Amino acid sequence: MDRTTIDLWVGVFVALGVAALLGLAMKVGNLTSSKIGDTYSVSAAFENIGGLKPNAPVKSAGVLVGRVADISFDSKAYEALVTIKIDKRYEFPKDTFANIYTAGLLGEQYIGLEAGGEDDILKNGDKITQTQDAVVLEKMISQFLYSKASDTKSENNTDSKENANSSEKNSKDVKSTELGDAPF
Amino acid sequence: MQMINSTLFTGMAKLLRGIGRRMIERIWRLGAGARLFFLTIIYSGESFKRFHLTLREIYFTGVMSLLIIVVSAFFVGMVLGLQGYNTLQKYGSSEAIGVLVALSLVRELGPVVTALLFAGRAGTAITAEIGLMKATEQLSAMEMMAVNPIARVIAPRFWAGVIAMPILAALFSMVGVLGGYMVAVPLIGVDDGAFWSQMQANVDVRDDIVNGVIKSVVFGVACTMIALFEGFDAPPTAEGVSHATTRTVVISSLAVLGLDFVLTSFMITV
Repeated sequence: MDRTTIDLWVGVFVALGVAALLGLAMKVGNLTSSKIGDTYSVSAAFENIGGLKPNAPVKSAGVLVGRVADISFDSKAYEALVTIKIDKRYEFPKDTFANIYTAGLLGEQYIGLEAGGEDDILKNGDKITQTQDAVVLEKMISQFLYSKASDTKSENNTDSKENANSSEKNSKDVKSTELGDAPF
Repeated sequence: MQMINSTLFTGMAKLLRGIGRRMIERIWRLGAGARLFFLTIIYSGESFKRFHLTLREIYFTGVMSLLIIVVSAFFVGMVLGLQGYNTLQKYGSSEAIGVLVALSLVRELGPVVTALLFAGRAGTAITAEIGLMKATEQLSAMEMMAVNPIARVIAPRFWAGVIAMPILAALFSMVGVLGGYMVAVPLIGVDDGAFWSQMQANVDVRDDIVNGVIKSVVFGVACTMIALFEGFDAPPTAEGVSHATTRTVVISSLAVLGLDFVLTSFMITV
């Protein structure tokens, strides 16, 4: 095995390896699509950011326009201060809404920007004033239970005010269907 | 006094002494291996000044392993595609097959299986070659001629292994993904666009691919060094060389799997 043949085959080997690495980076990974060019920073205050993490996507109309750069706690107003970097190509008016959505049912959380109608645009260092917090599951459940309880309570109150007998009969009927159809 | 002379007592003492001696031998060997590693690094200059030495070793460790790596990768990718689809379609997420195949290969299977195959094919070849050189006294002859055997024989093979392993692991991952693609899209009928786009959205170059490359470099260092040391330290008999070859495979495999756990625990940010 002379030197030239070895050199040739090693060259082919290394070229294949480099091609495989490039293929992995381009086709398999997200090298081509994750390049956001120059950006400008904008901050937004939320009362609850839920599971938002640094480097989470910032989307407007479903298209990636930026990334979350930093999340910190403002101890004066007791809210979360999120700094987002938006691509310089995209301009947003000063009354943009910043909402925290969840991708998919239980996926990662991202910030959605909805443009308002003002003429002035956000510049580097500006603050988004209209924000909506993340949906916290426990609060939703307690809201639901509270509204359910207040619905049934108001029903009972109106029934007793109108007609005591009919309400009793109704409740008895309700009770009998509940217990009467049961096999025990 | 009679208790000390009983056979049970002396048998136990013998057992404990044997265990102690074996442990000390292993630790002594570990020290000798570390010493060889440091000497290899120190005398590495010649491997790069006379690069044809290293090139020759890259041919024999890397290029000759291409066949087993590529064929294994293709089959591993195809099996991942089949098994993954089998489970994912129960939950209606059969579009995620691309992500499953790519992440499994790039993060774990690529570096680890390549390292195991490399240890089996190239590691045993290195151990056998160096063990035979030692048994036929070629290394001693080199020392007599004032040629440093570590610089001339050991260091080029070390750097060849370190260079070849990441290349082989990248090839394994890429061919494996292609194998998964072959099974998922033409055979099963998963959507072509969904396969690649979901994969591109979920595989991060910095977190997954670069970590896989780092792992493969570490495995390359470990496997090659273990193979070199077992060959260098083998008893200069036929039996000694054959035992050294099996030890290479066993110790390399254990080291690769242990290092994989350690590296993964560093890389996964919980």
